[in-house]
Amino acid sequence: MIKLAHPHIRALLKKNIDFTHMIDEIPLGILVLDCDRRVVYLNRFFQALSGVSINRAYVIECRNILRSSACITNCPVLTMDKENRSISCENDMINMDRQKLPIRTTVAPLLDTDGKTAGYIETIEDLRVIETLDQKKSVAYSFAKIIGRSTKMEKIFQTLPILAQSDTSVLITGETGTGKDLVAEAIHQTSERAPGPFVKINCGALPETLLESEIFGHQKGAFTGAVENKPGRFKLAHNGTIFLTEIGDLPLSLQVKLLTFLDDKIIFPLGSTKGFHVNVRIIAATHRNLEQMVNDGQFRKDLLFRLNVARIHLPPLREREGDIRLLLDYFFISYTRQLDKKLKGFSKTALMRLMNYGYEGNIRELKNIVEYAVNVTNGKLIEVDNLPSYLFDPVTLFRESKPSEPPLIDSPRIKETETWASIQRKMILDALKQTKGKKSEAAKILGWGRSTLWRKIKQYKIDS
Amino acid sequence: MIDKITITIHQDQIAPRFDLTTEILIILISSNLVVEEKKSIVLPRSSADDLCHLLISENINTLICGAMEDEYYQFLKWKQINIFDSVMGSWATAFKNWQENTLNPGDIFSDRMIEGKLV
Repeated sequence: MIKLAHPHIRALLKKNIDFTHMIDEIPLGILVLDCDRRVVYLNRFFQALSGVSINRAYVIECRNILRSSACITNCPVLTMDKENRSISCENDMINMDRQKLPIRTTVAPLLDTDGKTAGYIETIEDLRVIETLDQKKSVAYSFAKIIGRSTKMEKIFQTLPILAQSDTSVLITGETGTGKDLVAEAIHQTSERAPGPFVKINCGALPETLLESEIFGHQKGAFTGAVENKPGRFKLAHNGTIFLTEIGDLPLSLQVKLLTFLDDKIIFPLGSTKGFHVNVRIIAATHRNLEQMVNDGQFRKDLLFRLNVARIHLPPLREREGDIRLLLDYFFISYTRQLDKKLKGFSKTALMRLMNYGYEGNIRELKNIVEYAVNVTNGKLIEVDNLPSYLFDPVTLFRESKPSEPPLIDSPRIKETETWASIQRKMILDALKQTKGKKSEAAKILGWGRSTLWRKIKQYKIDS
Repeated sequence: MIDKITITIHQDQIAPRFDLTTEILIILISSNLVVEEKKSIVLPRSSADDLCHLLISENINTLICGAMEDEYYQFLKWKQINIFDSVMGSWATAFKNWQENTLNPGDIFSDRMIEGKLV
């Protein structure tokens, strides 16, 4: 509890005020520290940003909780004490999800009625929002990080700002690799909820029991191992957006619980009879055909109606005329910069092959192809030889020579992306066999950096 | 088997950030958990890349550290290094817990104090 010190304000408010509720509602991370820079309170926004709960952080030195670069190199609280003024600086922090986040830290003292320092208040602003806006300004034919100039994408670009300004639930559908996550984040970042948290839950990534506790939270003692209260993702996303990706994989029992929440906006953590009101916007995404799942009894019809208030269907790359070239150039520039390569572009034949390829894995596949090509090219231009060999696989060529089928979500075409994975996996295994398991030599044969090979080995689970 | 442990330190505490560490401890442990050798290295500058390189070239098999970016975590995991990250507080206590096989990532070994008194 923080007591007000200013005499005028104190006269206005005669009672001691519990400021914790107000601090929790502020869309900035806030840490209240004592004189020894130990954490006395963390607001909800900071808990969501850092992944550290107040129970864990209570009276621990703030540098172990905030873990910002400023804490290590030039502690703003100490600087403020020396210079006798509030301090604001841009730096970065690492949260419990091991993400490095750009932040702005501002520190001010908390004074008692005698004007002596009783503690400090530190605010943490997440600068990712601002960085996204900067990127938005600098790229033509784009919305946030989404790029495209085809008619279908232009329509989406026109719709997105309107949807962002509304507060309705949004359902994003589209094949794998079409950019559903990017769209969800773009809607959040351009909405009025942008200063609030954007919390993503992958409904297909966790088993049912863990998922329920992760989404809705639990009460201490609700089950074996529940040693402390857990707020749950919904509570952490209060005043922000919650993104439920792979909603088609959400178990039926949790679909009922989600539906109840959508009706009354009240969350009941596991083991708790006391519910609390949460103000979040829901964005859901799936590559599955939910209507078909409803017919098969795997997805609740009423939940579909609730989520399907506004729907965005992201077209597969093969239907986005003109965008392949734009994306090839975009990723080419991005990877040549990243890998510090002095390449001029694609040769005519390589470009022709890339422009006529089917891209079953959509933008993700295109991005991987460009990454591979930029990595392996040693000359000035990316030649046909520098493209992944599977692009010239007879199976791939035969498949492309067939007339194009109407786009279907969850169609067997998606499964054909396995070809890309299996061929790349085989290439890695061959290289490793050839070099008797020496990864650095295998990386050289493949024309990749060691870290790229390591990433691919992890991706294809070759090491296990 | 001999274990080689690195702890990223700042004075008597575990350094809060792996990438900003400027001092490390390397401890050599024999199979019966006896400390054979202990040396501290002051790094010329803080760099996560250089530190990863050092850990690999020194054949370290356990790392105890503070906050760490996922990129470096995954890389060192791939290099078969056991990592206890997000550990806070006294490195000596963290090391003792490791010896007793009770150390977990995210453990806190800081004193919880308010106005100079333990809570």
